Amino acid sequence: MPGREEALAALGRAALHAVDVVRDVWALLRDIAFWLFIAPWKRQRAGVRWESVIEQGVRIGWDAIPIVVLINFFVGMISALQSASLLKRFGQLLLVANAVALSTTRELGPLLTAVIVAGRSGSAFTAEIGSMKMAEEVDALSTMGLNPTRFLIVPRVLAMSIAVPLLTLAADFMGIFGGWLIAVTVVDLGSWQYLRHTADAIDMGDVMRGLTKSCVFGGIIATVGCYLGVHVEGGAEGVGRSTTNSVVVSIFLVIFANLIFTAFFYMIE
Amino acid sequence: MNETAAGRQSTSAESAPAREPVIEVRNLETYFGDRHILKDVSFDVLRGEIFVILGGSGSGKSTLLRHIIGLLRPSGGSIKIFGHETVDIGEEEWEKLRRRMGVLYQGGALFNSMSVGDNVALPLREFTDLPEATIGIQVRLKLGLVDLAGFERLRPDQLSGGMKKRAGLARAIAMDPQVLFFDEPSAGLDPIAGAGLDELILRLRATFGMTIVVVTHEMESVKKIADRVLMLFKGEAVAVGRLDEVMKNPHLRVQQFFHRQADEEKVDPRQYLDYLTAGGRREL
Ligand SMILES: Nc1ncnc2c1ncn2[C@@H]1O[C@H](COP(=O)(O)OP(=O)(O)OP(=O)(O)O)[C@@H](O)[C@H]1O
Ligand SMILES: [Mg+2]
Repeated sequence: MPGREEALAALGRAALHAVDVVRDVWALLRDIAFWLFIAPWKRQRAGVRWESVIEQGVRIGWDAIPIVVLINFFVGMISALQSASLLKRFGQLLLVANAVALSTTRELGPLLTAVIVAGRSGSAFTAEIGSMKMAEEVDALSTMGLNPTRFLIVPRVLAMSIAVPLLTLAADFMGIFGGWLIAVTVVDLGSWQYLRHTADAIDMGDVMRGLTKSCVFGGIIATVGCYLGVHVEGGAEGVGRSTTNSVVVSIFLVIFANLIFTAFFYMIE
Repeated sequence: MNETAAGRQSTSAESAPAREPVIEVRNLETYFGDRHILKDVSFDVLRGEIFVILGGSGSGKSTLLRHIIGLLRPSGGSIKIFGHETVDIGEEEWEKLRRRMGVLYQGGALFNSMSVGDNVALPLREFTDLPEATIGIQVRLKLGLVDLAGFERLRPDQLSGGMKKRAGLARAIAMDPQVLFFDEPSAGLDPIAGAGLDELILRLRATFGMTIVVVTHEMESVKKIADRVLMLFKGEAVAVGRLDEVMKNPHLRVQQFFHRQADEEKVDPRQYLDYLTAGGRREL
């Protein structure tokens, strides 16, 4: 049965490919860890390139503030309306404040921010590094004795792991602000009452967990973006394909990581 | 080609008799999966010479170059550069060796996020403690050498193809390397710009006594610049030696190459279609 044999062969190839990818990702992570934590102390002229970190941080973080703020503001308003329509039936309208505060700091803030950053910056990493690879610029770095991981990848990973939590903090504020605006205008709750309930509902632990998560999300997005950029093949078309993949894969992995985090926090509670 | 054959043909027209090898390649083997790409390649590159690696498309020229400059580890064999074995050394030692080598890539490989001047200054800023003023002088000097004086402030995307290559060359010689590698220097350039680059290669050798390794398939440029050549055919070194000697080599492939009987012309169209639909690489 040729059909079956072909299917088996395809399955075998896919499995081998998966093994290759896992090995390459592992090598990349080790390389990043080396240039981030070991080389700066062990070698001369091998420190983290902070100018690049700042430059990337501005692009990933500062430039994304408007869109992150706006989206989370809207989603905060949506959460308030959704929870109000539900809680009204139980006569617990004031719990809108709790619902918004919890959903924003625990889930929506970190997740939405990560998705926006994956679309804006993760894809840009793939496109930039991919076109640099195509133009032999990555090889040029290597043959000049400048390690491409240290030069291109470490600053991006570092900047993103810092910028995403900071953006998430802004997202949390804006989500709550959106919820508050709906509560006082549409739902007719007292402004002070709402804020007091919010303050009671927010647990610093929740916020910290949200920020920890988003730091990991940032690391995932940056690693995926850089990995796919470094492994681009097939010219300009290949760069385009990998750029799309970068967004899809990093959003998938972010949500998967979120599931693991949530399950973990649930179990230790 | 074995070691002694490569070693014997060491004297080029104007050189002193016994020049020591800068690069020694022995029994080099490359496999990509089960495809045998380079087959038992051995040769020496001598100090101060212009050594050209010749061969048709897919013969393994770029692969050989990538082995020598340490971007790709060979499957077997030995490569010594400045007397150091390189096939099994760590990344850190490689980085030291690389500072004595310069590479000019096909498209120049300038970093688009930096100005032309910053591109040339990059290795100086990374590897030396020179003050900015001195670096500025060095940058102007190197850009002047490649006839790009005054282009420091421009961005790479504002340069023509030939200018990009020359700027890439200025960056490659920023650290005064002892060996310079060129990958297809005249590819993608009009004949005049290509000839200009050949002049530049000759001038660099004359001025600094650099050892220069060039990968190309442009016969015009080979005739103008080569002291010695290595001729690759399907991964085998079919001839090594002085250009005039190799041109007299009776080997069929060598004669075909020099007389422009390109392999491409003999390809069977049906076979080519199969090759295209199979999504294969340049196997023909
Ligand atoms: N990374 C790789 N994986 C698999 N095969 C490869 C790889 N790189 C090159 N090859 C194959 O090795 C052979 C030699 O390629 P190489 O690029 O060295 O040829 P070349 O002489 O430089 O040709 P050209 O003049 O077209 O640049 C080709 O058949 C190519 O398909
Ligand atoms: Mg090539």
